[in-house]
Amino acid sequence: MESTVKGSLKTEEYFINMGPQHPATHGVLRLILTIDGEIIKNVEPDLGYIHRSIEKMCERDSYQQIVHLTDRMDYLSSHINNEAVCLVVEKALEIEVSDRVKVIRTIIGELTRIASHCLWWGVTGMDLGALTTYFYAFRDREMINDIFEETCGARLTMNYNIPGGLMFDIHPNFVKRTKEFIAHFKTKIPEYDRLLTGNVIFHKRTKGIGVLSKEDAISFGASGPVARGSGVSCDIRKIHSYSAYDRVDFNEALLTDGDCFARYNVRIQEMWESLSIIEQLIDNIPEGDIITPTKAVIKLPKGEYYQRVETARGELGVYVNSTGTKNPYRFKFRSPGLSNLSVINSLSKGSKIGDLVAIMSTIDIVVPDIDR
Amino acid sequence: MTNTEIQNIVSSWNDKLEFSEEESEFLNVMVPPEDIHDICSQLKAHKDLKFDYLFCVTGMDWGKELGVIYHLESTTFRHNIVVKVKTEDRENPSWDSVSDIWYTAEYHEMEVYDFFGIKFNNHPNLKRLFLPPDWQGFSLRKDYVDEENMIIK
Repeated sequence: MESTVKGSLKTEEYFINMGPQHPATHGVLRLILTIDGEIIKNVEPDLGYIHRSIEKMCERDSYQQIVHLTDRMDYLSSHINNEAVCLVVEKALEIEVSDRVKVIRTIIGELTRIASHCLWWGVTGMDLGALTTYFYAFRDREMINDIFEETCGARLTMNYNIPGGLMFDIHPNFVKRTKEFIAHFKTKIPEYDRLLTGNVIFHKRTKGIGVLSKEDAISFGASGPVARGSGVSCDIRKIHSYSAYDRVDFNEALLTDGDCFARYNVRIQEMWESLSIIEQLIDNIPEGDIITPTKAVIKLPKGEYYQRVETARGELGVYVNSTGTKNPYRFKFRSPGLSNLSVINSLSKGSKIGDLVAIMSTIDIVVPDIDR
Repeated sequence: MTNTEIQNIVSSWNDKLEFSEEESEFLNVMVPPEDIHDICSQLKAHKDLKFDYLFCVTGMDWGKELGVIYHLESTTFRHNIVVKVKTEDRENPSWDSVSDIWYTAEYHEMEVYDFFGIKFNNHPNLKRLFLPPDWQGFSLRKDYVDEENMIIK
């Protein structure tokens, strides 16, 4: 009798919205979950809440103006986004910037990466129930923002790059304060490890959760720490080196587990590598011009140009199609976020809603970068 | 592998392909819409090519033609190729989806459909990605007009 009752019991699948105001979606991302009890059957992202049609705006703007739009995509990698557009314009115009510009761009790019990973580390802890990490990370990120503010005048959307070089020279305090930050931060990453990396609750929430295989990572077009956590060597700084990355010695953080904990550890290792890159460059910033003059109205020669850079989230690609006028004919951004987000369904099928939060945190999405 | 060697292999599959290296840093190949799925699956499967990483899918409006540009890289050999498809049919442009070859194409093809209205056959879930479902027209086409939201100089 009892068994027949059990046999006739059925659970019903139903839909639930996660976002667009859910704190763990880090912005305005709506996930439509199909769940059976607490088991996730399907995840479908609903995008576009913050779509501003940046690509269409680019077709109307001059190349100097486009640089400013790119801050507003992945705002945590704003300097690197700016650099991508400047590099593609410089490539098309065949301008060689001075070594000084290359080195400064690289140092600030790596500081940006550390700042971005700091914020990620803070919110990852917070998403998984450890509120303290947020305050620790923001204390250290604040030092980087102060350095940026002193040199660039802005803390987040910096606009320090312009086609042909930099807006202005570094602040006299820049080297001193950056060195102070390095010395400070070297004592803080071990603190991060003590607080979160070795925490047993954190291990239970991340180890073996959301495993992404190497083949899937490549097929989904994942890049950055998401792909490197699955053992895909994809660091654009090494493969298609730009700026001053060819003159520094650093390791690509590679782990093969493919789970949330691997993606977490890749970013922790990347912070160490970024510190090492800055240390190698900060003491001998070469002398030179900070700007190679361009014409006031930049017209790219007719043709197609492509530039790839490594932002804190992965590979950013910029495709430009020029017909020789002052506006691009087509300007396309290959954002790392959209490709990285596309893995979310295959990663979270069969897991619980709590695991989805861990998966989303370690994919590290920035919604304006996806929506553009 | 050099561009010439890649071209020699690829050109033996189909005699309707057009190759070009002008005004671009990559080797470009223009593929007829009906052959795109066949060529792409061979590009990925061939043992000396192994183009397994589709890193950029760009929708294009060349004025007369609509098209898509696929940027490909091999994670094994680190060589690149750019596959282009175009059609003059602006009313009902369509060809086969490559999302079964590279999963990443699923989202990128949705983006192209959203902005250019190109339909991909056999796509698992073709709908607008960013704009609302009831949006009229395809906003990145050159003949798109929106007097309310666009500032035209």
